[in-house]
Amino acid sequence: MLETYLNLALKAIFVENMALTFFLGMCSFLAVSKKVETAVGLGIAVIFVLTITVPANQLIQDKLLSEGALAWISPSLASYDLSFLNLLVFIGTIAAMVQLVEMATDRFFPALYSTLGIFLPLIAVNCAILGGSLFMVERDYTLAESTVFGFASGVGWFLAIVALAAVRERMRYSNVPMGLRGLGMTFVVTGLIGIGFLAFGGIQL
Amino acid sequence: MATKKSEAVLDPLFNNNPIALQVLGICSALAVTTKLETALVMCIAVIAVITVSNVTISLLRNQIPGSIRIIVQLVVIASLVIITDQILKAFVFEISKQMSVFVGLIITNCIIMGRAEAFAMQNGPLLSALDGLGNGIGYSAVLMVVAFLRELFGSGKLFGVSVMPLVSEGGWYQPNGMMLLSPAAFFIIGAIIWAIRTWKPEQIEVDG
Repeated sequence: MLETYLNLALKAIFVENMALTFFLGMCSFLAVSKKVETAVGLGIAVIFVLTITVPANQLIQDKLLSEGALAWISPSLASYDLSFLNLLVFIGTIAAMVQLVEMATDRFFPALYSTLGIFLPLIAVNCAILGGSLFMVERDYTLAESTVFGFASGVGWFLAIVALAAVRERMRYSNVPMGLRGLGMTFVVTGLIGIGFLAFGGIQL
Repeated sequence: MATKKSEAVLDPLFNNNPIALQVLGICSALAVTTKLETALVMCIAVIAVITVSNVTISLLRNQIPGSIRIIVQLVVIASLVIITDQILKAFVFEISKQMSVFVGLIITNCIIMGRAEAFAMQNGPLLSALDGLGNGIGYSAVLMVVAFLRELFGSGKLFGVSVMPLVSEGGWYQPNGMMLLSPAAFFIIGAIIWAIRTWKPEQIEVDG
């Protein structure tokens, strides 16, 4: 049992890394990776939000939206299939969760809030977050599986952005061709990190 | 006025390309560029959504209170994406299956939000439509180039039709498997950006 979850986590962190294999969360991935410090902040915020929103959306999908899910309210509702609404509902949940997390950290962990503060609203439209929920639906995860999946894909994204930020900090000392400076070079470096992560392919417990 | 209109369409193609310069909307799209067919469907979907959302938001711009504009934009975009998703499922089911979650991810495609926020909130419907169209095409151009290179060199095909016969099928072309993996897409975009900036040096970032 534990092995399944470990396997799922391993796969989500390394083999199917959100950023490097599925290109998710690329916008902030490229924009906020100039310094390791900010990259760490954003990465932690992503782990945080993914761990909360994927299970939350799993519950909503399971209890409200999927075909026949409304049967627990009254048997006459069993024939409804609201799954076409999931995009709209998920994005709403994510925005609401981000807002809640923001208010909670502001109230209880002011120090954490001052580091994460500016990144939290940004995360609401980060594709990695919505992508996590959509993959959860596509792969039919249970509540426990989706919690593990959410956390692990967040960790994978965190690793990728911190690695990229560290490389970019060093890049300042190297002589990059004029046209490739900045964005172009970042893409190439991301590709190289991606090749590195390919080495994890096929690993299973 | 005429120049402003043509600018709205043409500017995003090279001078202010959403992918190469604004770094927007890379998220959801690159994963569908291993084949031209899926990339084309993705491009059409994005162009349709961005144009219609720009027009809608531009029409609503005087009614939307500033403090909740983001959520209004998200609802407009999400509704349009749901319609697109349903249309794709109804008419090109096979391709929509291959694109899996990436149709839904058009919602969080930053170009669409970005244009809604930066352009449609300030301009009239016609100009916004043209701006959406231009940005959609500028984005599609990059996507199609990437998909073209990846499908041609990765599997010797264009739109699923064999162009360079593979060794495994008795031809002469040994496919480059790396082209089908994700890092290749990063390298190709890096190269495209390099090419555009060599051609237009004013886009070079000074503080890399």
